[in-house]
Amino acid sequence: MSVTSITNTRQYLTFQLGNEIFAVDVSNVREILEFTTVTKVPQTPEFMRGVINLRGSVVPVLDMRLKFGMTITERTVNTCIIVVEVSFEGDTTVIGALVDSVQEVFELEPDQIEPAPKIGTQLKTEFIKGMGKRDEQFIIILDADKVFSSEELSIAQGIKGEPERMAV
Amino acid sequence: MNHIADAQSEVYKEEARELLTVLEDSLLQLERSPDDKELVGQIFRALHTIKGSGSMFGFDRIAAFTHEVETTFDLVRNSEIPVSKALIDHTLQAKDYIKLLLEEPTTDEAPCEQDLKTLIGSFNKLVSGHKETMTQNPPTNTSTTITSAQGASSSNAPAGLLTYRIRFCPASDIFLTGTNPLFLLDELQELGECRAVAQTNALSSLEEMNPELCYVAWDIVLTTDKGIEAIRDVFIFVEDTAAIHIEKVDSPGDGAAEEGYKKVGEILVERGDVKAEELKEALGEQKRIGDILIDKGIVTRDKIASALAEQEQVKEVREKKAKEEAASSIRVAAAKLDKLVDLVGELVTVQAHLSQKANSQADPELVLISEEVERLTGELRDNTMSIRMVPIGSTFGRFSRLVRDLSKELGKEIEMATEGAETELDKTVIERLNDPLVHLIRNSIDHGIEPPDVRESLGKTRKGLIQLTARHAGAQVHIEITDDGAGLDSARIREKAIEKGLISHDAEITEKELFGLIFAPGFSTAEKVSNVSGRGVGMDVVKRTIDALRGHIEVESEQGMGTTITLKLPLTLAIIDGLLVEVDKDYYVLPLSSVEECIELDHSKKTRQQDGRFVNLRGHLVPYVRLREQFGVKGDIPDVEQIVVTGSEGNKIGFVVDQVIGEHQTVIKTLSRVYKDVDSVSGATILGDGTVALILDISKLSQVGRCEGNA
Repeated sequence: MSVTSITNTRQYLTFQLGNEIFAVDVSNVREILEFTTVTKVPQTPEFMRGVINLRGSVVPVLDMRLKFGMTITERTVNTCIIVVEVSFEGDTTVIGALVDSVQEVFELEPDQIEPAPKIGTQLKTEFIKGMGKRDEQFIIILDADKVFSSEELSIAQGIKGEPERMAV
Repeated sequence: MNHIADAQSEVYKEEARELLTVLEDSLLQLERSPDDKELVGQIFRALHTIKGSGSMFGFDRIAAFTHEVETTFDLVRNSEIPVSKALIDHTLQAKDYIKLLLEEPTTDEAPCEQDLKTLIGSFNKLVSGHKETMTQNPPTNTSTTITSAQGASSSNAPAGLLTYRIRFCPASDIFLTGTNPLFLLDELQELGECRAVAQTNALSSLEEMNPELCYVAWDIVLTTDKGIEAIRDVFIFVEDTAAIHIEKVDSPGDGAAEEGYKKVGEILVERGDVKAEELKEALGEQKRIGDILIDKGIVTRDKIASALAEQEQVKEVREKKAKEEAASSIRVAAAKLDKLVDLVGELVTVQAHLSQKANSQADPELVLISEEVERLTGELRDNTMSIRMVPIGSTFGRFSRLVRDLSKELGKEIEMATEGAETELDKTVIERLNDPLVHLIRNSIDHGIEPPDVRESLGKTRKGLIQLTARHAGAQVHIEITDDGAGLDSARIREKAIEKGLISHDAEITEKELFGLIFAPGFSTAEKVSNVSGRGVGMDVVKRTIDALRGHIEVESEQGMGTTITLKLPLTLAIIDGLLVEVDKDYYVLPLSSVEECIELDHSKKTRQQDGRFVNLRGHLVPYVRLREQFGVKGDIPDVEQIVVTGSEGNKIGFVVDQVIGEHQTVIKTLSRVYKDVDSVSGATILGDGTVALILDISKLSQVGRCEGNA
């Protein structure tokens, strides 16, 4: 995914993980929930926190901090679950992303977005759509379909592998 | 416009598919009881509808082809051609072609076309064969009248019921020609619902009457689905001498419905018995119209009676039609039903939450409301589930064709009997059950039932029997496939299993376990591979499908006597009875149907054998799995744990949990595809307080337990 694919003005939802600010395209976001009781599913990697009851549907929740190689998300007043819709093996599926806090929705022009740096980030570069900037703070724009792809969520990989810590 | 046409032809296709099933069923029944007129009628009607709506929706090739078959069956219906095996064979073949044409209307392959021609040819042969016999024995006069009437009716019959008004004034010398007008009325009666009122005003006094002359005329109201031609044909021999008027009066569903029924006066005017002005004048007076007209001597009492009869009949037909429409079923997209089931599932969850809250509030009024909601939810749930239930009979019906064709192909004589066709099962279960059942029946036919000669030499009847039985057993449905064939050869299965490395040479294994091995992948004892079975794919697929439906398979067999395969399936996939247990503050549900008992695991009494993974249950050693270890749960183990003993596939296995909470109505939610690799969990459910509990897959967990036990 290169930055050239972003051609029109889009709205992004920003959220915080530790000190870094991330953003996802709002068209992926279905809703934002408070952190509720999560039921752990056995035999799954640690970053898959478990499942929640979303008005009668059972929705899996991922700990984004663990997924991106940080420490486990602690429950605070600001902890939120961003419910995103992503295409998973060709079908649309709903996944919850556990984050430290949700900030705001803002617009970005295509020319405000720069390509992802090849080095200097803890994330796999393919997760990153581009880098935005707001008040001198860099924002990492994530590609939700890539982050929540079946390979990334594959249980076998999660069990044997370390959390992502690529391209240092 | 185009998509409307598409939607319509989709409806036609669906209808045609159903009709084809009816057709096949009736044909197979007809083969058994060739004298059943009712069945012939059913077949004819099915063909007729396929043809009629086929041409309406542009399936011209279907219409043209079906027409040929229909023609043949028209003759069968009139007992002009006997029901023969050839006829049924051809018609079954024809049914397959219609299906082919239906599914792929664009295929224009020459061989298919060729086959069609041959088939039409063979139908024509049947028809012409009969014609020769016809010329040899010319039938009597009356029977020709009937057949021609019905023949005409079938070729140009419009769909739907129409009401006709017939005025039949025979010539006074009609008796001299040897015709009895009453027979004509009887014939009309055969065409449909018929009401005749005799007009006797021409009748003179007894002294003057000539008994050889006919003084009576009839007004007849007939409701029929045969065309007007059929009615004319009834009068074909008298139409030159008698005065006959036939008019269409009322067809239900046309615009007349809004106007209500015609008044007697209007009917009389329409018939030309009364002039419009006379009617108007008469209406000015405040008497009943019929009485007024009689008083005035304009019409006779009989005319009024006949008009009244017409009014009544039209009314009755409309009412009947309305009633039929009200009682008939509607088609609903399965997705809508699924949505409904989902919503009811949510409602059940919310209701559980409400009950829990109400009981803790100790407010009698609230408790009352919550109990009412509970009752309603329960009823709603049962009703919604019953909507999804369909009788298994239609699936059974399909197999009789399979048995017929396969036994013919393999040169065996096999009869299929079914029992419990009315047993209802969830639609999804039935749909997914089709393939496994086909496979099991194929197996029974191919491996089970011996060829007729072999059977005779064994002292059995030449004809083999395959019995399909479905019945309810608690919250399960049992489907049995029984054959009276050779049975399973346990020695050969054992040999094969050793050869395939499924068991060791000295393995001690019960017969039941041995039979269970036939479901292992790649296992087949058939010496040679036929196109029917023997490839060793299939039985494992059967097993997998049944597992996926949360059911299991049992095999019983006696060598030389036959085999019974029992499929035990849950009634529904949406809601099950579960046992709620707790492991370190997490809740899990075990399907109650496989739970046998719960016992305490006292650590002080733990059997020291084999790492303490067995518990002594009334003298039997039962292996157990510690869910805490299995799921990698950390934390303190309580002093007294519970073992839930389950009986999965005849083997007892225990699961150690912290605490058994109790029974729970479990609305099954599928886990996200993200968890497709987790096999110890088969789904999730939402508890009364809104948290999620996981449903454990006992058979998968048992396998894990067994592996560890053996290791």
